[in-house]
Amino acid sequence: MMRRDDCLRAIARVRGEAIVVATYQAAFDWMRIDPHPLNYLSIGAMGQASSHALGLAIGLPDRRVIVLDGDGSLLMNLGSLVTIAGARPANLFHFVCNNGCYEANGSHPLPAADQVDFAGVARAAGIREVFQFDELVQFAAALPEILALSGPVFVNLRMVPGDPSPQDYSYIHSEAARAAFRAALATAP
Amino acid sequence: MPSGPSGAAIITALDQARVRFVAAVPDIVTSEGLLWPLSRDSRFHLIRLCKEDEGISICTGLAFAGHRAVLLMQQTGLLDSINSICAIAVKYRQPVCMIVGMQGKEADQLPDRSAHHAVRIVGPILDAMGVERISIEDTGDVAALASAIDAAYTQERPMVALIGREVTA
Repeated sequence: MMRRDDCLRAIARVRGEAIVVATYQAAFDWMRIDPHPLNYLSIGAMGQASSHALGLAIGLPDRRVIVLDGDGSLLMNLGSLVTIAGARPANLFHFVCNNGCYEANGSHPLPAADQVDFAGVARAAGIREVFQFDELVQFAAALPEILALSGPVFVNLRMVPGDPSPQDYSYIHSEAARAAFRAALATAP
Repeated sequence: MPSGPSGAAIITALDQARVRFVAAVPDIVTSEGLLWPLSRDSRFHLIRLCKEDEGISICTGLAFAGHRAVLLMQQTGLLDSINSICAIAVKYRQPVCMIVGMQGKEADQLPDRSAHHAVRIVGPILDAMGVERISIEDTGDVAALASAIDAAYTQERPMVALIGREVTA
């Protein structure tokens, strides 16, 4: 099984000038792995990462928007897959870090953690480009082609946590985080 | 029975406020007079939602991208979205502008005086959260909408327009 931090390092290598919307444990790992000014970290409410990303993707159609979601987070906003399929943003790339639990809230298992098929749910929602990986070598090799596709794209990453990262909630909720993103967006190529 | 606000006047106000995106869950108060006309108006990009709290985040993302948007929904959806309104629009000071149909409100009563609990509590909840609100009962009230949206964007804070009567086509 892949480690989350290894998966995120693979994404960091190919992100370029994409906006990355990251939430909860993926956000904490991402801040350590790729502290880029175009990281969008102020999600506010659990589950909302994909919806923030959709707003950014619709508003900035010439810029790639990558979402680093959690499986528990996505379950709190599962309808967003249908909304994304309906809006059809060609520049939205939705990665779900699937470890079967609410890791930020005590690692309790998701309901039906061993049965739910996130890739199947995404396909059934109407998203055409859907992938699933549980081996890092295959995932890293496929990433450049995945990011070259016309979206929306959904990628389920079956993984385990890697090295722990500091849970810096104060920064992700801070005005400083939002100001840094706003400033980076204003000057980004 | 007193007549409701004109949908055409609301759409003109949205245009004056430079709103170009509308995120919406259908609401019976605004359906015929506002949402259907908006869906046919090429000046606006309509984003159809599954659930109202998606719209809080979508409008926030659009604001970061430099676009003005409104979220159109029923008050039941607003009540269902309190966590996102608090955590994103209020705490992060985001210009999320919400147009809310007050389903079940009596045409001759202001929202805070409605006999219906789920209508009467909306205003006090918004006040408790510190969210600016205006009431739109008739076409005359629509005059305040464009400036209220403009203020939300210039002051970086949310606002709500409570639509108290069925919007007329």
